[in-house]
Amino acid sequence: MTLALRIVSQLTQALIILGLAPLLLGWVNQCRAWLQNKSGAGIQQPYQVLNKLFAKDAVLARNASVLFRATPYILFGCMTLAAGIVPVVASDLPFARAADVIALVGIFALARVFLALAAMDVGTAFGTLGARREMLIAFLAEPALLMVFFTASLISQSTSLNTIVATLASARLVIYPSLAFAAAAFLMVLLAENARIPIDNPATHLELTMVHEAMILEYSARHLALIEWASSIKLMLYIAIGFALFVPWGIAGAGDLTAFVSVWNWGEASAGQILAYPIAMVFLLMKLVVAGAGLALLETVSAKMRIFRAPEFLGTAFLLAVLGMLIHFLLES
Amino acid sequence: MVNTASPNTTSSIHAGRGLKETIERVASEPGAGARRGRGGRSYPRPNRLVHRGVWKAGTLPDNNRGRMSRTFRNPTYESDETLQQRLCSTWTRVSQRSHAVQCAHQSNSHARIQVTGSFDLLPVDVAFAVSCVWLVLGLVGFALRNRPQVVTSLIFPLTAAASLILSIAMLVGLGAAPTVAILPLGLPDLPFHLRVDALSAFFLFLLGITTFGVSLFSAGYFRGETGERLGLLTLQYHVFIAAMTLVLVADDALSFMVAWECMALSSYFLVTTDHWLLQARSAGFIYLLIAHLGALCLLFCFGAMQAGQGDYTFAAMRAARLDTTWSTAAFLLALLGFGAKAGLLPLHVWLPEAHPAAPSPVSALMSAVMLKTAIYGLLRITFNLLDMQLWWWGAVALTVGLLTALFGVLFAAVQTDIKRLLAYSSIENIGIIIVAFGLTILFRAFNMELLAALSLTAMLYHVLNHSVFKALLFLATGSVLHATGSRSFGMLGGLIHRMPRVAGLCLVGALAASGLPPFNAFVSEWLLLQSFLLTPGLPHSYLNMLVPVAAAALVLAGSLAAYVMVKFYGVIFLGRPRDAKLAAAQEASRWEHAGLGWLAALCVLLGLIPLTVIDAIDYVTVSLIGEKLGPVASKSGWLLLTPLSPARASYSPVIFLLVTVLVTVGSYLLVHRYFRRGTRRADAWDCGYPLQTPRMQDTAEGFGQPISQIFEPAFEIERTLPDPADLHPVYRKRQADRFWRALYLPVARLVEALSDLVGRSQHGRIQWYLFYSFATLLILLAFVR
Repeated sequence: MTLALRIVSQLTQALIILGLAPLLLGWVNQCRAWLQNKSGAGIQQPYQVLNKLFAKDAVLARNASVLFRATPYILFGCMTLAAGIVPVVASDLPFARAADVIALVGIFALARVFLALAAMDVGTAFGTLGARREMLIAFLAEPALLMVFFTASLISQSTSLNTIVATLASARLVIYPSLAFAAAAFLMVLLAENARIPIDNPATHLELTMVHEAMILEYSARHLALIEWASSIKLMLYIAIGFALFVPWGIAGAGDLTAFVSVWNWGEASAGQILAYPIAMVFLLMKLVVAGAGLALLETVSAKMRIFRAPEFLGTAFLLAVLGMLIHFLLES
Repeated sequence: MVNTASPNTTSSIHAGRGLKETIERVASEPGAGARRGRGGRSYPRPNRLVHRGVWKAGTLPDNNRGRMSRTFRNPTYESDETLQQRLCSTWTRVSQRSHAVQCAHQSNSHARIQVTGSFDLLPVDVAFAVSCVWLVLGLVGFALRNRPQVVTSLIFPLTAAASLILSIAMLVGLGAAPTVAILPLGLPDLPFHLRVDALSAFFLFLLGITTFGVSLFSAGYFRGETGERLGLLTLQYHVFIAAMTLVLVADDALSFMVAWECMALSSYFLVTTDHWLLQARSAGFIYLLIAHLGALCLLFCFGAMQAGQGDYTFAAMRAARLDTTWSTAAFLLALLGFGAKAGLLPLHVWLPEAHPAAPSPVSALMSAVMLKTAIYGLLRITFNLLDMQLWWWGAVALTVGLLTALFGVLFAAVQTDIKRLLAYSSIENIGIIIVAFGLTILFRAFNMELLAALSLTAMLYHVLNHSVFKALLFLATGSVLHATGSRSFGMLGGLIHRMPRVAGLCLVGALAASGLPPFNAFVSEWLLLQSFLLTPGLPHSYLNMLVPVAAAALVLAGSLAAYVMVKFYGVIFLGRPRDAKLAAAQEASRWEHAGLGWLAALCVLLGLIPLTVIDAIDYVTVSLIGEKLGPVASKSGWLLLTPLSPARASYSPVIFLLVTVLVTVGSYLLVHRYFRRGTRRADAWDCGYPLQTPRMQDTAEGFGQPISQIFEPAFEIERTLPDPADLHPVYRKRQADRFWRALYLPVARLVEALSDLVGRSQHGRIQWYLFYSFATLLILLAFVR
């Protein structure tokens, strides 16, 4: 029964992420509009965009292959799997044992490789340009991301996200200086991997400056809807990983869900345990509001860099992550 | 230097010259000149196996078989029990600090395959028999060279069947005690010793499964060849695989070196199959040169290991106790010698030349199996023949491996020839394997047995994975080459429409090579990263800080591998055809599909059943370092791979694949159920630009441009820029290996200078020659008593 309950919790969490991701995107866009003194389209706009796109006919290039048509679904599948692994509301998910942080990076890499291949499929100049740039940014960002995860896993002696969250959440406000450096590096990688300013402008119309958008130029209708949705899920997951590593308080731990749901345990479990699950949801929403506003602020005050400044940016992220790891060795062990 | 071209233009725009010829010329050797030389003769068939085997202590050898006519040497038989005792005592001594002291073989029985009569087949017999069968098939194929349909439809499938039998026998024989045999060949006091233990059985299994796929593919690939060329190819191919088998079972220095040389020579002739091309000849020359440099180092290594006893059998080397100096000398010579064959820096320069020059199935075999024989040699010498491992050996191996991996992948990213790219990718993966090897030595030297087992498991797993996916990729390029006639990226494109099955199978290989889950290479790289995460536990104060940073370099190499594979797959199979004659490209034959399909299935399977593979690898790790990973890794059931502990890390490829496939298919069905809308085809959007030609898509040079810009110091870049007054403007950018000019050219010049100096004494005057003889005689009389 406990296992079934945990699987239900898992599915609920995945559905929450799938449902909330466009809302997060809408909130970020709305904040950005307010910061630029515009009235904005409303936080429900991404839902309307998805609705519109799903209702359209798909137009495909004549030489688009099976790979091109299958990629949006594969992308969505990878992001959903990742959504089942990252602890957003609760940290004792049964699926989380199927993949640790390294496998999580692998899932994102799989999605990215498929998107890059699909971009090269139609054979236009912009598609291949986007693929090349995306892989360039990816191969520089991935080591930095893995070094951040290594630092966190050296502290918690594990690469399983569940264990990392449990260790860091129970640390009672102990300050880890290595995590400060890792947080800075992670923020830079988040901006790079999710195609935000200063690496890539998600709202640009100039094709020669596109990275992520250039890869999805040929997609339309339901395919484009799935890809946009998958991108917003990826952004939400990255922010959730950031929370799990650096702001883990408020995530429900092991056993909290059963305490919440099983009525006959209410007498035995403490109030803190019973209410951990709804409290975790509230915390999540608060964190997402703050993170979305922060992201919008960061994007508004930064300018987009030209493409060959991106390696310097990501090299800095890598350096900060390695510094974090060395500080862990020097100060924390 | 002003670079007037934008990053997206192709780097070679020629007027009036073919791109292929230019690329061949550009890629040709700057170094030592090419020499004509072919003197290959078919290798003499070995005598029939007379006696072999291990008998249980207390019984007489069962040797009255009637067909024997020679004597054999009793004392060199090892009884089963004494062998067990000696091995047991070795492991006990070595693994004293580990919490699980156990002898390797759990069962007392050998792997016996009972055939009718009193005839028992031991693994060593199977290995030797299969190599003999291959030699016979090669000779038959050469004899029947004027009937190509017989050769391709009968000989190569038989080769494949024999390799399948070998791999099954070796899989069964992994858990058995080591079996030895002695052949009446070789020197009077050093006959050929053969031995199959867990390490040999593992590598023979690898050889078997890879050769199966490659031979099936060759049955279709060599269909267009006839006559002399087909006969020689068949003969050399079979000598090559037989020689590799004998390398893996050799148990003394003589048979090892004989088999090693046979392997080098047969592959040399295979590399120079197209000997009318300058590139093939120079590739063969540099290949043979470096192979012999390596063989020389190996000879010295064996000399160092025989410890002055004069006994060159491996059994004697195992029993010998060398001091630190000699052990170090042996290790460094082995690293140099086997590194030359494996393609480690700086002796890697032959790989990118030889692999493209050889026919594609041979390139696949060279990359997938021959490089692994060098890895086998390193493991054999370091963990089996030497009895100590120092920590700084591990540091040296780690450094060399990292540099090799980074170098390989950087150069792979800028290549314009499909097979050169795969050759550099092989260099990268060999670097990763040597990194794992270095980690194993490090852990072992500090007596951390379980962690050493983890990194050794990662190393052996990656050896297996790399064989399978690299063979698959090379064979796919073979199909592409046959279908299109071109090896250059600039003449390919859009082949997914013309060759969909080859494209699909090659996609599996490309995804596996990128190290993506749920394919096989991800598991071995994951295990390697997990073992890197444990290096902070090393007792040495600087190592525990620096080695984790090395993990960052490894991750960089891994992510660049994905870049390289996107370039490889995207430029060949996706997009639009860059050449008009690609419209005539045909799908490959069914034999080729069979070979490719087998290897692709292995790529997926090895990624989905990591625990089973680790159980098999455990036999090898126990025999080498006395510890195994299996019980710890499978502690949480058959689904989860948990090296060390479930709280530490876990990975379940089956769940991974299942969930991804379920959600993908589910989303497809849901979308089509609720949003059933039409699909129509139109021209590509391309942001409204109406004029799109295939030349506007990215090229291999374009894909490599960011890498060569960011990592410019790693390359030697030569640019030819057009002049405003040129009638036929040419822009060329050549990225060459720095080692040619920095290392090989000075060495070649030095050798030439020395030779000139010595050559001054050869001036043809008979009086001086007589004086030389007279002076030598005087010196000998004076100084030699």
